[in-house]
Amino acid sequence: MTTARRLMLASAAVLLAVGLSACGERDQVTVYKQGKYQGKPDTKPWENDPAMNPYPGSKWDKGDKTGWERAVKARNLAQNEYSRVE
Amino acid sequence: MARMKFLCDAERCIECNGCVTACKNENEVPWGVNRRRVVTINDGVVGAEKSISVACMHCSDAPCMAVCPVDCFYRTDEGVVLHDKDLCIGCGYCFYACPFGAPQFPQAGAFGLRGKMDKCTFCAGGPEKDLSKEEFAKYGSNRLAQGKLPACAEMCSTKALLGGDGDVIADIYRQRVFKRGKGSEVWGWGTAYGKPDQPKAAPAGAKS
Repeated sequence: MTTARRLMLASAAVLLAVGLSACGERDQVTVYKQGKYQGKPDTKPWENDPAMNPYPGSKWDKGDKTGWERAVKARNLAQNEYSRVE
Repeated sequence: MARMKFLCDAERCIECNGCVTACKNENEVPWGVNRRRVVTINDGVVGAEKSISVACMHCSDAPCMAVCPVDCFYRTDEGVVLHDKDLCIGCGYCFYACPFGAPQFPQAGAFGLRGKMDKCTFCAGGPEKDLSKEEFAKYGSNRLAQGKLPACAEMCSTKALLGGDGDVIADIYRQRVFKRGKGSEVWGWGTAYGKPDQPKAAPAGAKS
């Protein structure tokens, strides 16, 4: 068997393997557990870096829950116009 | 922090639908889906007309969570009820369970094909990377991750719609009631479930 023939056979085998890999099936059945959230986990709002925010708003340090709560509370209190006019 | 809540002051709401527009704009909600709407009773009756803005109330014991057959709902640490659209099967059970009619289903095609459920997220996005394109496309804006509060409440022109920490907005509302000497009668047990035939005169500012 010539080297060229071997090379052709090897490349054909590789191509076949790559082609067949697309025919694989992934698990499509979700095993549900009653009463328990089954979806993807969500991140906490204070885990974001405010500096990366495309629309800068409140300021806090990334991961600082207390700082985030303080920032949100400040905006919350801004809804009270009595505290703004007095 | 307590739980995130909405409160609409029926004495102040002027049915401008600004909250509805703000929600639509902020979250780019598709045609036919209304995450928030304004409900008016006694429309046109002078002195008796009242309006409130209604959306998902992010219930502490949410019936939608209880009935969901695929358990796609979850509650965040801030008390916001959210759901995973990748899991939702669009069955509509949550719509029947919700007392506020909050769950919405986008419809398309000749037979009104029902899509995955969509509802108010308290501008908290969903279970995708915060502030990502995927999150915006599926769930809309994530203002909480920006340290902001829901757009509907923050832009309300008369500040009828309050949104945020339940304790804080309750304090704001209480201060209003004391200032104007009335208003508490629009909320409470008596209003929700009826009053006795001949109720005693309640002192100003007292809960009904």
